[in-house]
Amino acid sequence: MIPASFEYHAPASLDEALSLLQTHGYDAKILTGGQSLLPMMKLRLAEPEHIIDLNGIPDLSYIREADGCLAIGALTREVDVESSALVQNLLPILHDTGKHIADPQVRNLGTLGGNLAHGDPGNDHPATMLALDARVKILGPGGERTVAVREFFVGFFETTLAYDEILTEIQIPLPPAMSGGAYMKLERKVGDFATVGVAAQVSLDSGGRCARAGIGLTNVSDVPVYAADAGSRLVGSALTDDDLRAAAVLASAASRPSDDLRGSAQYKEAMVRVLTTRTLRLAIERAQA
Amino acid sequence: MATKTISLTVNGQEHSCDVEPRLLLVHLLRDMLDLTGTHIGCDTSHCGACTVLLDDRSVKSCTLLAVQANGKSIKTIEAMAEGGQMHPLQECFKEHHGLQCGFCTPGMIMRAAELLERNPSPTEEDIRWGISGNLCRCTGYVNIVKAIQHAADKMQQQEAAA
Repeated sequence: MIPASFEYHAPASLDEALSLLQTHGYDAKILTGGQSLLPMMKLRLAEPEHIIDLNGIPDLSYIREADGCLAIGALTREVDVESSALVQNLLPILHDTGKHIADPQVRNLGTLGGNLAHGDPGNDHPATMLALDARVKILGPGGERTVAVREFFVGFFETTLAYDEILTEIQIPLPPAMSGGAYMKLERKVGDFATVGVAAQVSLDSGGRCARAGIGLTNVSDVPVYAADAGSRLVGSALTDDDLRAAAVLASAASRPSDDLRGSAQYKEAMVRVLTTRTLRLAIERAQA
Repeated sequence: MATKTISLTVNGQEHSCDVEPRLLLVHLLRDMLDLTGTHIGCDTSHCGACTVLLDDRSVKSCTLLAVQANGKSIKTIEAMAEGGQMHPLQECFKEHHGLQCGFCTPGMIMRAAELLERNPSPTEEDIRWGISGNLCRCTGYVNIVKAIQHAADKMQQQEAAA
């Protein structure tokens, strides 16, 4: 399978990339890892006339602590997220997520920024970033803006990114002490898209009650799902089994799965309940550790 | 569409090629450079038969544009044997029957090469997880895992002896 013809651009700076986007408008696609875009182009599901390859732009790959956040450059490869000591220590939920994406070869090229900007409800990072209340930094012709991930996904493969904008950085607020998170993915085989994926991030207060909870869901709607009600249900609670079960029912109610090869909608709703409970248990265990 | 001139190093040899931007790396290797050891299995990024090393990282060459390899270094299965001597991975795949039809083997070996480079003494789970992007329809993986385990031992012994 061979992609349709296109013109290839390899800008050396973000400014150059922005001006290429201005010139070529809606006919251009940005290439970073290419592990979703190229398969779509080979299947002719995408036929961009211009490819703007950002891989030659320096300084877009990094993981660092800054201003109470973990800042991750948009071109940081999955393999580097997975092997980062900062991520393993500060955000085990992100480490869980990264290692379940596709397979090692894909993770060697795939980027965190691309995983979000692609807007695929089947991608794994969106749920985790929703649970963590992360933000994305976006550069456009008018300058920079920052958007909460909870407002970033607006439709099927659609984000608030305009055609002439570039996602440059992901900012994850560093969780306070007594916090923990986890991501669990039900998949038919290693490397598949999730049948259901659940991300949960929990913070405890000094008495061990829930101070904050964020829950995100993968591949159970046409957009990544932020299960706000499920999180709210937990805040202030002692996180008993009943609390977890009640949150799991609310998470399931927030999902809108459809029947497909991975299972019926009813099955997926049930699996959201099961995985939400399990993911919360692990998140709480980590918060208590 | 206009072609692009790219230069890249393949198996230690420099090449300059005029390519259409849509040309995939695997087609450059097989059709332009006659390096047919890299196989095309699924063509949909699932099977890993086309795995090569791009600047020492294993990647699926059916899911990378040749223009993306501009200025980079590629290593394929053809460069694993040196001076007529098979690489320990190749020897161990042979000794431990790590292949039947052999179609997936070049990809398996290139993927295992990076795995052992990063983790010289992997557990069985590390190996199984490490080759999760490579499909084999014959063996059931048992002997592939065994071959990689033995290659890891062999490479460590060679290292210790050197």
